[in-house]
Amino acid sequence: MGFIENIRLALTGLKSNKMRALLTMLGIIIGIGSVIGIVMVGDSLTNSMTSSLQEMGANNVQIALQQRPSEYGMDYTVALEEQDLISQEMMDGLTEHFNGDIQTISLQESLGTGKAKDGRLYANVNISGVNDGYQVANHLKMISGRFINEKDTQGMKNVAVVSDKLVNNMFQGQDPLGKEIKVYTAKDITTYTVVGVYKYEQNAMMAMMMMGATASEKDIQTDLYIPVTTAQKLGNMDQGFYYITVLTAQGSDSRSLASQMQDYVNNNYYARNPNFMVQAISLDSIIDQYTSMMGTVQIAIAVIAAISLLVGGIGVMNIMLVSITERTREIGTRKALGATNSSIRMQFIVESVIICLIGGIIGILLGLLLGYFGATLLGFPAQASISAIAIAVGFSMLIGVFFGYYPANKAAKMDPIEALRYE
Amino acid sequence: MGTKTVIEMHNIVKKFYIGQPNELQILNEISLTVKEGEFVAIVGQSGSGKSTLMNIIGALDKPTSGEYLLEGLNISQAKDGELSKIRNEKIGFVFQTFNLIPRTSALKNVELPMLYAGVPRGERTRRAKELLKMVGMEERMHHQPNELSGGQKQRVAIARAMANNPSIILADEPTGALDSATGRLVMDLFHTLHREQGKTIVLITHSPELASETQRIVTISDGRIIKEENKEEQKEAPQTNQKGKQAVETAEKKVG
Repeated sequence: MGFIENIRLALTGLKSNKMRALLTMLGIIIGIGSVIGIVMVGDSLTNSMTSSLQEMGANNVQIALQQRPSEYGMDYTVALEEQDLISQEMMDGLTEHFNGDIQTISLQESLGTGKAKDGRLYANVNISGVNDGYQVANHLKMISGRFINEKDTQGMKNVAVVSDKLVNNMFQGQDPLGKEIKVYTAKDITTYTVVGVYKYEQNAMMAMMMMGATASEKDIQTDLYIPVTTAQKLGNMDQGFYYITVLTAQGSDSRSLASQMQDYVNNNYYARNPNFMVQAISLDSIIDQYTSMMGTVQIAIAVIAAISLLVGGIGVMNIMLVSITERTREIGTRKALGATNSSIRMQFIVESVIICLIGGIIGILLGLLLGYFGATLLGFPAQASISAIAIAVGFSMLIGVFFGYYPANKAAKMDPIEALRYE
Repeated sequence: MGTKTVIEMHNIVKKFYIGQPNELQILNEISLTVKEGEFVAIVGQSGSGKSTLMNIIGALDKPTSGEYLLEGLNISQAKDGELSKIRNEKIGFVFQTFNLIPRTSALKNVELPMLYAGVPRGERTRRAKELLKMVGMEERMHHQPNELSGGQKQRVAIARAMANNPSIILADEPTGALDSATGRLVMDLFHTLHREQGKTIVLITHSPELASETQRIVTISDGRIIKEENKEEQKEAPQTNQKGKQAVETAEKKVG
């Protein structure tokens, strides 16, 4: 008897008892469905995380201040003096030394949150002091005007680059360029002249952090960029930075550059500093860390999946055993009509595989739907994993063979006389 | 009637629980020969061993000792796989309880032995339709067993038994689950197959009346053949009682 005949036979059998077939498949459906769903959400998350990290710049190197290990233990902190900070001199030296490997240096100094107000109109902002390099490092897209430039930082000017969202809230169709906005913070009120508008984009990192707490369009908080020097002056901060972001040139090896830069800064500027040093990390290595963390999560998911599929498989075996007992006479009849043991065995294995395969396919569809909703709910573009689907199909067939074999073999070995006499 | 021997049994013994205290000897030195085209009845009370004999004739079981040749093939020494092939090609079973495969159309049921024989699909369907037409079931070939009456089921079962054009038709109490009118129709069908197609038929029954319609009656008791009645001339099969036939037809109309 041909293989196709067996498939046809199994399908007829399943069609005639749809409810039971569905219940049998349920374990497999849930098992496969949850795996596909979780993997899909995980993949979408990983992909959009890495792409947003890459957008931030895989070739970014963060150089940050770090306290030297102290003989008094980890908890011992040394007061940070102005001369400990990363200075303009160091940055100039770095740029000179790594000339050609450095595109630009991005600086940022946060001034906290505030509110831009004009009568009844308002917009929530996050005031950030930046330099010209910040735009390149963060891929900000300008809609109109210009970004903070070198002149602004040198002159400590009260200029601001605002988001299109702020423009919508505050200017209502008017051209914002050259206009003044008043920004209220907890400490004071500052007036800035708008010199540029950038396009606001919510990235995956932000979405993750803000999960569940979605602000309305009107209350959304966007960055307001002012010159970094202006921010330092307004905040009465020291001259210097805790960390700087170095944007390395396209195609350069940011990982090795990171360690070279760390050595350079430490040897030239911190050699005699007893308390502090710098550490340089490339974003590449952060991505690596993140990916390996997700890998661990996926192994955990795989273990859970294996357990649920095992349970599903046992369910299939159980129903196959019941089905075989119920169909003892049919098996006897088939044998009397000339079915060999192997054709009976094949019939039931195929039936079990078909149950698992259909269950697997329903599970995949369900999982895709779940994953799509999950990813959309979290605000990521949903991405189906082809390899997970292929593995799911293969695995469900394997379960079918594995858990179908014992019942099928039992059926194959039935004595035709006993089977025919079975009531 | 042909002269070819279909069934040749010598000193068939069948024991159960061999070597155990409850060892049971069901068949005791049975020797039987059936020639091609014969219509033989095996008669016996329940417990006489006729079912065991039928199982051996039908290659469902092997004798403990003795020799059984089916068309010259030695069944006593055949392996499981060979027995399957023999059942498939040489024997057409008709059971008391019909044993049609549930949830499977009459047509598919008739196709089943051909499926196991590896007959191609088109050929299978063509022959199954032809057989169903022969037993007068062509209009119900797409019906499932639970949509058929007892008599109709048995006719489908007979069509199925004929599927691979077997050497013998082995009918085990084929009218046992039917009322007398429908039983009559089924018996008529066997007579037709015997008369018109020259089929070798072995009928197992406990009813002497049914047995008397056949050419030869073999009576079994306590695992031995105690009597063999050989009718020199085939008795004309009793003409179907018109009244009975009408009753069956009305009954079938109601069912359909």
